[in-house]
Amino acid sequence: MCTTCGCGDAELVPVELHEKILAGNDRTAAHNRAHFREAGVLALNLMGSPGSGKTAVLEATAGLFPGLALGAVSADLATDHDARRLERAGIPSRAITTGQACHLDAEMVHRSLHGFPWQALDLFFIENVGNLVCPAIYDLGQEANVVALSVTEGEDKPLKYPVMFQKADLVLLTKADLLPHLDVEVDRIRDALARVLPEPQVLLLSARTGAGMEAWKGWIEARRARVPAKLRLPLAGHVHRG
Amino acid sequence: MHEYSLVEALVRRVEEEAARRGATAIHAVRVSLGELSGVDAELFRTAWETFRAGTGCARAELALAPVAAAWSCTACGAAIPRGAVLRCAGCGAPGRLSERADALLLESIEMEVP
Ligand SMILES: Nc1nc2c(ncn2[C@@H]2O[C@H](COP(=O)(O)OP(=O)(O)OP(=O)(O)O)[C@@H](O)[C@H]2O)c(=O)[nH]1
Ligand SMILES: [Mg+2]
Ligand SMILES: [Zn+2]
Ligand SMILES: [Zn+2]
Ligand SMILES: [Zn+2]
Ligand SMILES: [Zn+2]
Repeated sequence: MCTTCGCGDAELVPVELHEKILAGNDRTAAHNRAHFREAGVLALNLMGSPGSGKTAVLEATAGLFPGLALGAVSADLATDHDARRLERAGIPSRAITTGQACHLDAEMVHRSLHGFPWQALDLFFIENVGNLVCPAIYDLGQEANVVALSVTEGEDKPLKYPVMFQKADLVLLTKADLLPHLDVEVDRIRDALARVLPEPQVLLLSARTGAGMEAWKGWIEARRARVPAKLRLPLAGHVHRG
Repeated sequence: MHEYSLVEALVRRVEEEAARRGATAIHAVRVSLGELSGVDAELFRTAWETFRAGTGCARAELALAPVAAAWSCTACGAAIPRGAVLRCAGCGAPGRLSERADALLLESIEMEVP
Protein backbone atom coordinates (compact mmCIF):
# COMPACT_ATOMS: atom_id res chain seq x y z
CA MET A 1 0.00 0.00 0.00
CA CYS A 2 1.10 3.51 -0.77
CA THR A 3 2.61 5.05 2.32
CA THR A 4 2.20 8.62 1.12
CA CYS A 5 -1.52 8.80 0.56
CA GLY A 6 -2.80 5.43 1.69
CA CYS A 7 -4.54 4.87 -1.60
CA GLY A 8 -4.97 1.13 -1.60
CA ASP A 9 -3.00 -1.68 -3.13
CA ALA A 10 -0.51 0.14 -5.27
CA GLU A 11 3.08 0.06 -4.22
CA LEU A 12 5.22 3.17 -3.99
CA VAL A 13 8.55 2.47 -5.67
CA PRO A 14 11.57 4.67 -5.92
CA VAL A 15 13.11 4.45 -9.39
CA GLU A 16 16.78 5.41 -9.33
CA LEU A 17 17.95 6.96 -12.59
CA HIS A 18 20.83 9.40 -11.94
CA GLU A 19 20.82 10.59 -15.51
CA LYS A 20 21.37 13.96 -17.14
CA ILE A 21 18.22 15.86 -18.00
CA LEU A 22 20.02 16.85 -21.18
CA ALA A 23 20.77 13.21 -22.02
CA GLY A 24 18.67 13.48 -25.19
CA ASN A 25 20.67 16.48 -26.39
CA ASP A 26 23.91 14.72 -25.49
CA ARG A 27 22.94 11.72 -27.61
CA THR A 28 22.29 13.93 -30.63
CA ALA A 29 25.55 15.78 -29.97
CA ALA A 30 27.41 12.47 -29.92
CA HIS A 31 25.77 11.67 -33.26
CA ASN A 32 26.94 15.00 -34.72
CA ARG A 33 30.43 14.43 -33.31
CA ALA A 34 30.58 11.02 -34.94
CA HIS A 35 29.64 12.61 -38.28
CA PHE A 36 32.30 15.30 -37.95
CA ARG A 37 35.01 12.84 -37.00
CA GLU A 38 33.99 10.41 -39.68
CA ALA A 39 34.39 13.17 -42.26
CA GLY A 40 37.58 14.58 -40.70
CA VAL A 41 35.94 17.96 -40.01
CA LEU A 42 37.13 20.12 -37.10
CA ALA A 43 33.95 21.63 -35.62
CA LEU A 44 34.28 24.64 -33.32
CA ASN A 45 31.48 26.14 -31.24
CA LEU A 46 31.95 29.90 -31.06
CA MET A 47 30.12 31.56 -28.19
CA GLY A 48 30.10 34.96 -26.48
CA SER A 49 27.92 37.96 -25.62
CA PRO A 50 25.93 39.73 -28.31
CA GLY A 51 28.36 41.90 -30.24
CA SER A 52 31.50 40.40 -28.73
CA GLY A 53 32.95 40.07 -32.23
CA LYS A 54 32.20 36.46 -33.13
CA THR A 55 31.30 37.11 -36.76
CA ALA A 56 34.15 39.59 -37.16
CA VAL A 57 36.69 37.00 -35.98
CA LEU A 58 35.34 34.50 -38.51
CA GLU A 59 35.45 37.10 -41.29
CA ALA A 60 39.09 37.71 -40.44
CA THR A 61 39.71 33.95 -40.31
CA ALA A 62 38.53 33.47 -43.89
CA GLY A 63 41.88 34.39 -45.42
CA LEU A 64 44.07 32.51 -42.94
CA PHE A 65 43.73 29.04 -44.48
CA PRO A 66 44.16 29.22 -48.24
CA GLY A 67 44.53 25.44 -48.55
CA LEU A 68 41.53 24.45 -46.44
CA ALA A 69 37.78 24.38 -46.97
CA LEU A 70 35.93 26.47 -44.39
CA GLY A 71 32.22 26.57 -43.66
CA ALA A 72 29.93 27.97 -41.00
CA VAL A 73 26.45 27.96 -39.59
CA SER A 74 25.39 31.05 -37.75
CA ALA A 75 22.61 31.31 -35.21
CA ASP A 76 20.44 34.34 -35.57
CA LEU A 77 17.18 35.13 -33.81
CA ALA A 78 15.44 36.51 -36.86
CA THR A 79 17.81 37.45 -39.67
CA ASP A 80 20.54 35.88 -41.77
CA HIS A 81 22.87 38.89 -41.55
CA ASP A 82 25.78 36.99 -40.04
CA ALA A 83 25.61 34.15 -42.56
CA ARG A 84 25.54 36.72 -45.36
CA ARG A 85 28.54 38.55 -43.88
CA LEU A 86 30.44 35.27 -43.73
CA GLU A 87 29.50 34.42 -47.33
CA ARG A 88 30.82 37.81 -48.45
CA ALA A 89 34.04 37.10 -46.56
CA GLY A 90 34.39 33.85 -48.50
CA ILE A 91 33.07 31.29 -45.99
CA PRO A 92 30.12 29.24 -47.28
CA SER A 93 27.50 29.68 -44.56
CA ARG A 94 23.95 28.98 -43.53
CA ALA A 95 21.80 30.78 -41.01
CA ILE A 96 20.10 28.80 -38.27
CA THR A 97 17.09 30.89 -37.40
CA THR A 98 16.46 30.26 -33.73
CA GLY A 99 13.37 32.41 -33.24
CA GLN A 100 12.78 32.64 -29.50
CA ALA A 101 15.46 30.13 -28.56
CA CYS A 102 18.38 31.71 -26.75
CA HIS A 103 20.87 28.97 -27.61
CA LEU A 104 21.63 26.32 -30.19
CA ASP A 105 21.01 22.70 -29.36
CA ALA A 106 22.41 19.59 -31.01
CA GLU A 107 19.21 18.93 -32.96
CA MET A 108 19.28 22.40 -34.59
CA VAL A 109 22.88 21.81 -35.64
CA HIS A 110 22.01 18.38 -36.98
CA ARG A 111 19.16 19.78 -39.05
CA SER A 112 21.41 22.52 -40.40
CA LEU A 113 23.77 19.85 -41.74
CA HIS A 114 21.07 18.47 -44.01
CA GLY A 115 21.09 21.41 -46.36
CA PHE A 116 24.81 22.01 -46.31
CA PRO A 117 27.81 20.27 -47.92
CA TRP A 118 29.68 20.00 -44.65
CA GLN A 119 31.43 16.68 -45.39
CA ALA A 120 33.83 18.38 -47.75
CA LEU A 121 34.96 20.88 -45.10
CA ASP A 122 38.13 20.96 -43.06
CA LEU A 123 36.94 23.61 -40.60
CA PHE A 124 33.33 24.02 -39.55
CA PHE A 125 32.43 26.98 -37.36
CA ILE A 126 29.21 27.07 -35.41
CA GLU A 127 28.47 30.66 -34.39
CA ASN A 128 26.14 30.31 -31.42
CA VAL A 129 23.51 32.78 -30.23
CA GLY A 130 25.03 35.86 -28.59
CA ASN A 131 24.38 34.92 -24.95
CA LEU A 132 26.71 34.25 -22.03
CA VAL A 133 24.37 31.92 -20.19
CA CYS A 134 22.72 28.91 -21.74
CA PRO A 135 24.65 28.09 -24.93
CA ALA A 136 27.35 26.71 -22.63
CA ILE A 137 25.18 23.91 -21.32
CA TYR A 138 24.24 22.41 -24.71
CA ASP A 139 26.79 20.11 -26.29
CA LEU A 140 26.53 20.43 -30.07
CA GLY A 141 29.07 17.80 -31.09
CA GLN A 142 31.90 20.31 -31.43
CA GLU A 143 35.53 19.40 -30.94
CA ALA A 144 36.16 22.54 -28.86
CA ASN A 145 34.44 25.58 -27.39
CA VAL A 146 35.79 29.02 -28.22
CA VAL A 147 34.44 31.98 -26.25
CA ALA A 148 34.82 35.51 -27.59
CA LEU A 149 35.11 38.18 -24.89
CA SER A 150 35.69 41.69 -26.12
CA VAL A 151 37.98 43.93 -24.09
CA THR A 152 35.12 46.44 -23.88
CA GLU A 153 32.96 44.08 -21.82
CA GLY A 154 34.55 44.61 -18.42
CA GLU A 155 37.16 42.73 -16.47
CA ASP A 156 34.76 40.81 -14.26
CA LYS A 157 32.68 39.12 -16.98
CA PRO A 158 34.25 35.70 -16.28
CA LEU A 159 33.32 35.97 -12.60
CA LYS A 160 29.74 36.91 -13.46
CA TYR A 161 29.32 34.11 -16.03
CA PRO A 162 31.46 31.28 -14.68
CA VAL A 163 29.43 28.56 -16.38
CA MET A 164 30.26 29.88 -19.83
CA PHE A 165 33.93 30.53 -19.19
CA GLN A 166 34.44 27.25 -17.40
CA LYS A 167 33.48 25.49 -20.63
CA ALA A 168 35.95 27.47 -22.77
CA ASP A 169 38.77 25.52 -24.39
CA LEU A 170 39.94 28.88 -25.68
CA VAL A 171 39.04 32.47 -24.80
CA LEU A 172 39.52 35.05 -27.52
CA LEU A 173 39.96 38.54 -26.09
CA THR A 174 38.64 40.47 -29.06
CA LYS A 175 38.83 44.10 -30.22
CA ALA A 176 42.37 44.50 -28.86
CA ASP A 177 42.76 47.58 -31.06
CA LEU A 178 40.43 49.42 -28.66
CA LEU A 179 42.66 48.91 -25.62
CA PRO A 180 44.40 52.31 -25.89
CA HIS A 181 40.99 53.97 -25.56
CA LEU A 182 39.87 52.01 -22.52
CA ASP A 183 40.63 51.72 -18.82
CA VAL A 184 40.91 47.98 -19.07
CA GLU A 185 43.81 45.87 -17.88
CA VAL A 186 44.19 42.63 -19.77
CA ASP A 187 45.94 41.06 -16.77
CA ARG A 188 42.84 41.57 -14.69
CA ILE A 189 40.76 39.73 -17.28
CA ARG A 190 43.30 36.90 -17.23
CA ASP A 191 43.16 36.84 -13.44
CA ALA A 192 39.35 36.62 -13.47
CA LEU A 193 39.54 33.74 -15.95
CA ALA A 194 42.01 31.89 -13.73
CA ARG A 195 39.40 31.98 -10.96
CA VAL A 196 36.74 30.19 -13.01
CA LEU A 197 38.79 27.68 -14.97
CA PRO A 198 42.00 25.96 -13.92
CA GLU A 199 43.99 26.25 -17.13
CA PRO A 200 42.67 29.15 -19.18
CA GLN A 201 43.94 29.43 -22.72
CA VAL A 202 43.70 33.04 -23.80
CA LEU A 203 44.53 34.84 -27.05
CA LEU A 204 44.37 38.60 -27.44
CA LEU A 205 43.46 39.63 -30.96
CA SER A 206 41.85 42.20 -33.19
CA ALA A 207 39.74 41.32 -36.21
CA ARG A 208 40.09 44.96 -37.22
CA THR A 209 43.89 45.16 -37.40
CA GLY A 210 44.71 41.47 -37.70
CA ALA A 211 46.87 41.55 -34.56
CA GLY A 212 46.95 38.15 -32.86
CA MET A 213 45.37 36.32 -35.79
CA GLU A 214 48.48 34.24 -36.39
CA ALA A 215 48.26 32.79 -32.88
CA TRP A 216 44.58 31.95 -33.48
CA LYS A 217 45.57 30.25 -36.72
CA GLY A 218 48.21 28.28 -34.82
CA TRP A 219 45.69 27.19 -32.21
CA ILE A 220 43.29 25.94 -34.92
CA GLU A 221 46.10 24.07 -36.67
CA ALA A 222 47.10 22.38 -33.41
CA ARG A 223 43.48 21.32 -32.78
CA ARG A 224 43.17 20.08 -36.34
CA ALA A 225 46.23 17.90 -35.92
CA ARG A 226 44.42 16.16 -33.05
CA VAL A 227 41.33 15.27 -35.09
CA PRO A 228 41.71 11.78 -36.48
CA ALA A 229 41.56 12.17 -40.25
CA LYS A 230 38.57 10.52 -41.90
CA LEU A 231 37.74 8.19 -39.07
CA ARG A 232 35.36 5.41 -39.97
CA LEU A 233 32.86 5.29 -37.17
CA PRO A 234 29.97 2.91 -37.71
CA LEU A 235 26.79 4.96 -37.97
CA ALA A 236 24.60 2.06 -39.00
CA GLY A 237 24.35 2.93 -42.64
CA HIS A 238 23.14 6.40 -41.76
CA VAL A 239 24.20 8.84 -44.46
CA HIS A 240 23.62 12.56 -44.82
CA ARG A 241 24.16 14.16 -48.17
CA GLY A 242 24.84 17.85 -48.64
CA MET B 1 14.81 30.95 -20.62
CA HIS B 2 16.18 27.49 -21.27
CA GLU B 3 14.62 26.34 -17.99
CA TYR B 4 11.38 25.69 -19.88
CA SER B 5 12.97 23.39 -22.41
CA LEU B 6 14.80 21.60 -19.59
CA VAL B 7 11.57 21.09 -17.65
CA GLU B 8 9.89 19.86 -20.80
CA ALA B 9 12.65 17.28 -21.31
CA LEU B 10 12.37 16.29 -17.65
CA VAL B 11 8.59 15.83 -17.71
CA ARG B 12 8.74 13.82 -20.96
CA ARG B 13 11.42 11.56 -19.51
CA VAL B 14 9.50 11.02 -16.26
CA GLU B 15 6.30 10.23 -18.19
CA GLU B 16 8.18 7.78 -20.37
CA GLU B 17 9.66 5.98 -17.38
CA ALA B 18 6.28 5.88 -15.62
CA ALA B 19 4.58 4.45 -18.71
CA ARG B 20 7.31 1.83 -19.12
CA ARG B 21 6.70 0.62 -15.58
CA GLY B 22 2.93 0.89 -15.78
CA ALA B 23 2.81 3.47 -12.97
CA THR B 24 -0.59 4.71 -11.88
CA ALA B 25 0.72 7.85 -10.20
CA ILE B 26 3.91 9.85 -9.88
CA HIS B 27 4.51 11.19 -6.41
CA ALA B 28 7.90 12.86 -6.51
CA VAL B 29 10.66 13.77 -8.91
CA ARG B 30 14.13 14.28 -7.44
CA VAL B 31 16.55 16.50 -9.30
CA SER B 32 20.01 17.65 -8.32
CA LEU B 33 21.05 21.03 -9.55
CA GLY B 34 24.74 21.87 -9.68
CA GLU B 35 25.89 25.37 -8.81
CA LEU B 36 27.67 25.50 -12.18
CA SER B 37 24.94 23.76 -14.17
CA GLY B 38 23.84 27.04 -15.69
CA VAL B 39 20.33 26.52 -14.34
CA ASP B 40 18.59 28.90 -12.00
CA ALA B 41 16.67 27.05 -9.26
CA GLU B 42 13.89 29.64 -9.02
CA LEU B 43 13.35 29.77 -12.78
CA PHE B 44 13.42 25.99 -12.93
CA ARG B 45 10.76 25.74 -10.23
CA THR B 46 8.60 28.36 -11.94
CA ALA B 47 8.93 26.52 -15.24
CA TRP B 48 7.97 23.28 -13.49
CA GLU B 49 4.85 24.80 -11.95
CA THR B 50 3.79 26.19 -15.33
CA PHE B 51 4.61 23.24 -17.49
CA ARG B 52 3.49 20.25 -15.44
CA ALA B 53 -0.25 21.08 -15.52
CA GLY B 54 -2.00 18.50 -17.64
CA THR B 55 1.02 16.19 -17.74
CA GLY B 56 1.77 12.99 -15.86
CA CYS B 57 3.66 15.15 -13.35
CA ALA B 58 0.67 17.34 -12.50
CA ARG B 59 0.50 16.02 -8.94
CA ALA B 60 4.15 15.21 -8.39
CA GLU B 61 6.37 17.04 -5.97
CA LEU B 62 9.63 18.44 -7.35
CA ALA B 63 12.50 17.95 -4.92
CA LEU B 64 15.42 20.13 -6.02
CA ALA B 65 18.71 19.40 -4.29
CA PRO B 66 21.41 22.02 -4.77
CA VAL B 67 24.98 20.77 -5.30
CA ALA B 68 27.66 23.29 -4.35
CA ALA B 69 30.76 23.73 -6.46
CA ALA B 70 34.07 22.94 -4.76
CA TRP B 71 37.54 22.86 -6.29
CA SER B 72 40.46 20.76 -5.16
CA CYS B 73 43.99 20.06 -6.37
CA THR B 74 44.31 17.34 -9.03
CA ALA B 75 47.69 16.31 -7.60
CA CYS B 76 47.51 16.51 -3.80
CA GLY B 77 43.77 16.87 -3.22
CA ALA B 78 44.05 20.04 -1.15
CA ALA B 79 40.93 22.21 -1.19
CA ILE B 80 41.09 25.44 -3.19
CA PRO B 81 39.20 28.26 -1.47
CA ARG B 82 36.13 29.75 -3.17
CA GLY B 83 37.00 32.68 -5.38
CA ALA B 84 40.71 31.86 -5.46
CA VAL B 85 42.81 31.23 -8.55
CA LEU B 86 42.12 27.58 -9.43
CA ARG B 87 45.66 26.35 -8.84
CA CYS B 88 46.90 24.59 -5.76
CA ALA B 89 48.70 27.02 -3.44
CA GLY B 90 50.85 24.13 -2.22
CA CYS B 91 51.99 22.28 -5.34
CA GLY B 92 50.85 24.48 -8.22
CA ALA B 93 48.79 21.80 -9.98
CA PRO B 94 45.48 22.81 -11.60
CA GLY B 95 42.20 22.38 -9.74
CA ARG B 96 39.40 19.93 -10.42
CA LEU B 97 35.70 20.63 -9.99
CA SER B 98 33.74 18.48 -7.58
CA GLU B 99 31.45 15.87 -9.04
CA ARG B 100 27.96 16.82 -10.18
CA ALA B 101 28.66 20.54 -9.58
CA ASP B 102 28.17 21.30 -13.27
CA ALA B 103 25.32 18.89 -13.89
CA LEU B 104 21.54 18.87 -13.87
CA LEU B 105 20.49 15.34 -13.00
CA LEU B 106 17.25 13.45 -12.75
CA GLU B 107 18.16 11.37 -9.70
CA SER B 108 15.03 9.39 -9.02
CA ILE B 109 11.27 9.21 -9.37
CA GLU B 110 8.81 7.96 -6.80
CA MET B 111 5.91 6.32 -8.53
CA GLU B 112 3.03 4.04 -7.70
CA VAL B 113 2.89 0.75 -9.49
CA PRO B 114 -0.03 -1.67 -9.18
N1 LIG C 1 37.27 48.12 -33.08
C1 LIG C 1 36.89 46.87 -33.34
N2 LIG C 1 35.57 46.61 -33.49
C2 LIG C 1 35.21 45.34 -33.74
C3 LIG C 1 36.14 44.28 -33.80
N3 LIG C 1 35.47 43.14 -34.03
C4 LIG C 1 34.17 43.46 -34.08
N4 LIG C 1 34.00 44.80 -33.91
C5 LIG C 1 32.73 45.53 -33.93
O1 LIG C 1 31.86 45.02 -32.93
C6 LIG C 1 30.52 44.97 -33.41
C7 LIG C 1 29.97 43.57 -33.25
O2 LIG C 1 30.74 42.68 -34.05
P1 LIG C 1 30.15 41.29 -34.56
O3 LIG C 1 31.24 40.59 -35.26
O4 LIG C 1 28.89 41.53 -35.32
O5 LIG C 1 29.81 40.60 -33.18
P2 LIG C 1 29.01 39.23 -32.91
O6 LIG C 1 29.55 38.67 -31.66
O7 LIG C 1 29.04 38.38 -34.12
O8 LIG C 1 27.53 39.77 -32.69
P3 LIG C 1 26.16 38.91 -32.60
O9 LIG C 1 26.26 37.78 -33.59
O10 LIG C 1 25.10 39.90 -32.95
O11 LIG C 1 26.06 38.44 -31.19
C8 LIG C 1 30.57 45.45 -34.84
O12 LIG C 1 30.19 46.80 -34.88
C9 LIG C 1 32.00 45.29 -35.24
O13 LIG C 1 32.42 46.19 -36.21
C10 LIG C 1 37.54 44.61 -33.65
O14 LIG C 1 38.44 43.76 -33.69
N5 LIG C 1 37.83 45.90 -33.39
MG1 LIG D 1 27.47 37.46 -35.14
ZN1 LIG E 1 18.85 29.21 -24.04
ZN1 LIG F 1 20.04 13.73 -40.04
ZN1 LIG G 1 23.04 11.96 -38.79
ZN1 LIG H 1 48.26 20.35 -4.71
